Amino acid sequence: MPMAEKILEVKGLTKYFDVQGGFLKKKGQVRAVENICFDLYNSETLGIVGESGSGKSTLGRALLKLLKSTSGEVVYKGKNILDLSDTNLSLIRRELQMVFQDPYASLNPRIKVGNTIAEPILANKMVSTSGQAREKTLKLLELVGLRPEMYERFPHEFSGGQRQRISIARALALEPKVLVCDEAVSALDVSVQAQILNLFNQLKNQLDLTYIFISHDLAVTKYISNRIMVMYLGEVMELAPTEKLFSKTFHPYTEALISAIPEPSTKGKRKRIILEGDIPSPIDPPSGCKFRTRCFKTMKKCKNVHPEMVEVESNHFVRCHLYDARKEA
Amino acid sequence: MPKLLEFRNFSMGFKDDDGTVHNLLNNVTFDIEEGRAVGIVGESGCGKSVTNLSVMRLLPRSAVIQGGKIIYRGQNLLKKTDKEMEDIRGKDVAMIFQEPMTSLNPVLNIGFQIGEVLKKHRPDMNEEQIKNAVTNQLELVGIPSPEKRLKQYPHQFSGGMRQRVMIAMATICQPDLLIADEPTTALDVTIQAQVLDIMNRLKDKGSLMLVTHNLGVVAEICNDVVVMYAGTVVEKGSMDEIFDNPCHPYTKGLMAAIPTLSSGKEELYSIPGTVPLSNKFSAGCRFADRCSQYFDLCQDKVPPTRQLSASHYVQCWLDFERRE
Repeated sequence: MPMAEKILEVKGLTKYFDVQGGFLKKKGQVRAVENICFDLYNSETLGIVGESGSGKSTLGRALLKLLKSTSGEVVYKGKNILDLSDTNLSLIRRELQMVFQDPYASLNPRIKVGNTIAEPILANKMVSTSGQAREKTLKLLELVGLRPEMYERFPHEFSGGQRQRISIARALALEPKVLVCDEAVSALDVSVQAQILNLFNQLKNQLDLTYIFISHDLAVTKYISNRIMVMYLGEVMELAPTEKLFSKTFHPYTEALISAIPEPSTKGKRKRIILEGDIPSPIDPPSGCKFRTRCFKTMKKCKNVHPEMVEVESNHFVRCHLYDARKEA
Repeated sequence: MPKLLEFRNFSMGFKDDDGTVHNLLNNVTFDIEEGRAVGIVGESGCGKSVTNLSVMRLLPRSAVIQGGKIIYRGQNLLKKTDKEMEDIRGKDVAMIFQEPMTSLNPVLNIGFQIGEVLKKHRPDMNEEQIKNAVTNQLELVGIPSPEKRLKQYPHQFSGGMRQRVMIAMATICQPDLLIADEPTTALDVTIQAQVLDIMNRLKDKGSLMLVTHNLGVVAEICNDVVVMYAGTVVEKGSMDEIFDNPCHPYTKGLMAAIPTLSSGKEELYSIPGTVPLSNKFSAGCRFADRCSQYFDLCQDKVPPTRQLSASHYVQCWLDFERRE
């Protein structure tokens, strides 16, 4: 893929949550997201994968300033959106929208779906009359594959797949440039999941959108993304174009993640890498490399030295001591 | 192979507030042979979990059994008294539930909860023997330092560990049939791989009925597959038959709709619409309104079940080639 221009630059984005300690206990910090750096290019789909607790959703929210970050910058159109005042932010947020995971929880059950979609259009004064807002909403409904008469219905009258279409229509109402999809297909059945994935691809071409697609499902992410970022305990472990990530996997965690996916076929079984134990607590992450406690290639160095991100091949970044030498060479 | 469990034209439904019964499972027929692992596959709302609960006789009160038999070792489970079922549950047939977070009792320690099964079914064992058996079982499912863990409570275990506890509890009496309802759905992929590994080791000790929506998990463990849609068995056969030669349009659609690691970037096949609610089933084939090969007959008459090979059956009006 020829690299297009950068639409979003993320530099050292960090989010710590304070946890209240009990009596005699020290206050702690959940290191949800630590020092994330990446660029998002125009019209690409960047997939973010990782297990639960790896900080993917926190990152998604921090990017749009839905959560206040501890430090770092998110640069959009030359401005760091984390520094903007609320008034200036609203102009930019229009162009950065989000689709949430649970279509049952993210729609207000007492508001007609048409009004749900029209609300942001009016609130942001994109049109002047409610009649125009209605017209625009009907176009959006059509765009996501819903019929115009559905304007007057309430969320409970829709199935999960249809609700997700409504959420997408609402996110598209402000004509965003970047759409952050946080586990947008995880709650759906497989046959419906395919419909929504196709819809995402179709909208991307039609509206020239850029996606950040957060998911725990590596197969889905592989299908939809141009580049994939693998996260573990709040850090990026590997970032590479999709084809490269699978054809030439560098990081042991990515390797284990890929091998862990059961494939629906009768073809010979691949050799599986089974990681031991669970993801450690982000309150007290391991020293050195955060993955070392579960890594099957762990070395002495991993315990003491925190590995840096290394560009092992062009556009292929890895955070692992195994590849330190390549940087020096 | 002798049959361990047989579903024979089993039909059931649920009563609504007015007392009208809406049929869900319609003439469900399949077998589980001894020593085989059978995967029950389908989307949410297709009746997989109800099928499970029917075997265990754990259906909610609003459920109405409309006909058929569930035969376990020659005996109809539906005819058993509640007392007799208590003796079967946990000993002959045991179940692993989907949610390891909610299916363990938070105020009892793990050792007690697992040992309870033995107390019920093995009155000959004393406290010491039970404790040893539980420790061994925890070790078997890969829980480190089991003696210490016995005294711990569910909140001290992670999701994957809790699911191991559930597996230990279900298998401690070495049941002939283990029913697992979405055992890995709530888990991360790396933890899922650990649990699948344990289940693969344990499955040789008896038969397994694995209910899941994840075809990858089925491919990993099962010998036979039953595909369900809206309360009916649309296709069943050996794993090779279903995965390499799916015949029912629904099975085909399901296979094509899943993005896999080997699939390309072309548009995914998608089945239009969604699974209908149980009060909106059509009189004929329940898949008719979503089917790509639908014709007139489908809407009005329930399709026949056709046999394609010794083990491969399809419920569909289409003509298929018979294979030997």
